[in-house]
Amino acid sequence: MRHTVFLRFFLPTALAMLTFIALPIVSVLVQSVYAPHERVVVEVENCTPFGCVKSTVIDQEATRKLQEERPLGRFVGGDIYVDRSHLAFAELGQAWNGAATWHEFVRRLMTLPFYKALAFTLTYMLFVTPLSIMLGFFVALAVNALPRLLRGPTIFFSLLPMIVTPLVGALILFWMVDSRGIIGSAVQWLAGDDDLSLKASTPLTWIMLIVYGTWSTAPFAFVVYYAGLQTVPQDTLESAMLDGASRWHRIRYIVLPHLLPLTTFMFLIKIMDNFRVFEPIVSFNASAHAQSLSYFIYSDLAETRLLSSAAATSVLTVGGVLVLLSPVLVRTWRQFGKA
Amino acid sequence: MFYKVKSAFFLAALLAAGTAQAQTNCGATSGRVNIVGNEFPAIRSVAAQATRCQTGSLTVRSNLTANHQRINLAGMQGNPAEYTSAIVATSSIVELMNNNVLRPLDALVAAHGADIPRNQLITIDGRVMAVAFMANSQHLVYRKDILAQIGAEPPKTYEEMIRIGRTLRERGIVRNPIGGAYQAGWNLAQEFVNMYIGHGGEFFRPGTPEVAVNNAQGIAALNTMKALTELMNPDFLTHDSNATSAEWRAGNVAMMNMWGSRTGVLMAREGNQPQVSDNTTVGAPMTVGGGRIPATTLWWDGWTVARNVSDDDARATFLALKHGTSPALLNAETMGQAVWMIAGYQPAPANKGVMDTMAMGAKPYPMLPYMGLLHTALGDGIAPFLQGRKDAATTLADIEAAYRTAARERGFLR
Repeated sequence: MRHTVFLRFFLPTALAMLTFIALPIVSVLVQSVYAPHERVVVEVENCTPFGCVKSTVIDQEATRKLQEERPLGRFVGGDIYVDRSHLAFAELGQAWNGAATWHEFVRRLMTLPFYKALAFTLTYMLFVTPLSIMLGFFVALAVNALPRLLRGPTIFFSLLPMIVTPLVGALILFWMVDSRGIIGSAVQWLAGDDDLSLKASTPLTWIMLIVYGTWSTAPFAFVVYYAGLQTVPQDTLESAMLDGASRWHRIRYIVLPHLLPLTTFMFLIKIMDNFRVFEPIVSFNASAHAQSLSYFIYSDLAETRLLSSAAATSVLTVGGVLVLLSPVLVRTWRQFGKA
Repeated sequence: MFYKVKSAFFLAALLAAGTAQAQTNCGATSGRVNIVGNEFPAIRSVAAQATRCQTGSLTVRSNLTANHQRINLAGMQGNPAEYTSAIVATSSIVELMNNNVLRPLDALVAAHGADIPRNQLITIDGRVMAVAFMANSQHLVYRKDILAQIGAEPPKTYEEMIRIGRTLRERGIVRNPIGGAYQAGWNLAQEFVNMYIGHGGEFFRPGTPEVAVNNAQGIAALNTMKALTELMNPDFLTHDSNATSAEWRAGNVAMMNMWGSRTGVLMAREGNQPQVSDNTTVGAPMTVGGGRIPATTLWWDGWTVARNVSDDDARATFLALKHGTSPALLNAETMGQAVWMIAGYQPAPANKGVMDTMAMGAKPYPMLPYMGLLHTALGDGIAPFLQGRKDAATTLADIEAAYRTAARERGFLR
């Protein structure tokens, strides 16, 4: 393709990406290094139907002038990135110097919100990514082995977790794992402990979220693999069968290598998705046990309007995704570099 | 036949409404009124009553949603503002005050509000910023049949509540006798606020945004909360007011601290087992730790007028909402929806708890510009203590640190 033709094709996409992806990221970056102006607080008397009390309000006149002079707020540089709600370097140093053992250091680290959230986010990602891809692969193999007549309905049922709206699916499971729900009661019966509650225990909540994550995202891997399985060269498979290769050998030496590019692609997508885990925490009401970086952004924006803090967490999330993806990206780069 | 009667009745009601609409004279003839507010029966009634002021040249609209706090600020910052009025409560007015989007009502009150009782006016720094129309609070709700089984009087203190709860569990009468909205986040923080006030604590050093909850009262408040949760459904950290009410209606709970605005539904025959609805009784709020001030907070709901609207629209909004919360609002249907601060209001049994709260001199929820930041820090920080993963002093120290970080970012602290 000639360069001019390529440019003409690519220009609309490039413009859209610039407007809707690059510019917002820049604006988030700018937001994260500015904070609201200092507020002048004055003491006043407030009267309500319940009597008068001494209270405080923001001195609007004093703040308005500052606001008009510098509408972006005050420049704070990297302060927000290193404060206690984010990378918490000062607290980290204290924990490192103050802790006698590794155990003590980790315990202190886990009292810092960012690292606590990172611990859950990474655990979730490390389990859900391979588990959902593996589950999807096995379902695809199983469906592919079915007689044609049964395939349609089976595909439909296998896709259900993805068709059901995530919030609704999670809510149904949330009721089932309630200590009075069917799964909750079953677990109590199995463990012989009537006070056992999936929702009250942090490890069990994590397991529940991971199971839900695997269940709800496996269909994506299934669809991709099922499509991939249709492209596996039949003559190679047949000649392997003539050579006496078992089903396992055929999968191991023919199907898997054939599907490797798809697997890489899926790992890429899944790592990104799972690093931004959010919905299950909200719908399972699990914020007491598990928080993620996306959950922080949500609660900063919705509850306390800490826009700068939310922006800083966003930038850190983008950075985290880039770090996680870098091995795969480098690999892809090399492959295409060679070609 | 029945259908016909019903439709005839409906038609009559429509006609009545139509004539009422035609007759209603709110004093405003033109302008634009747009109300944003929370969604529950009492507020729906107020908005409907205000809408009656509508004429050919005066439009009255409303947007009532549980997520009103996410849209009211943005909807009032434009010029002209989309919403000419926000219906707010003790805590939600603060964010609007912080951003200076509310219009002082003194001139409008002087010109058109001579008949509004003085005690309904919310004044901040000497200026009228809102007009309150209803009160709300949390207080004791109990099952009289269950307490009668062990011959216990309804608890007056949290210590009594815990003692009765233990007896009920030991005797095998109720497995998890105590209920409460302890969902991590806003609800959990609210319970701490109650308990801390009950123990006589102050949240901030007076007149400053310097937080001060890591003290003996704070630790005592946390310990009382923990003792209560040991008698609750083990899923308590996921139970908000709705889930707690559901547990109550299922007959699983004997005593709880619950919002007055939610008791009517629990005591109604409709939709409940008679065993539960007939025995649900409303009590006064409890005290704690030998304190005299009840461990609860008083809340008002009131209406405001936006700053960034024309004087005509502001006047129309004032008059429409004044009509919306006038004695004309009260009828058989609306009477029991809230504890109204409107002349002619007669409390129903379900409203006794809120009346008692006011009579006992409970404190209002603190209306401070930075209280929301502390509330959020509390809501995030208390759960590890209740789960037994942190001791009380560390929990409070971490909450203070989280608050300071947020307050520094918002510019309240250096």
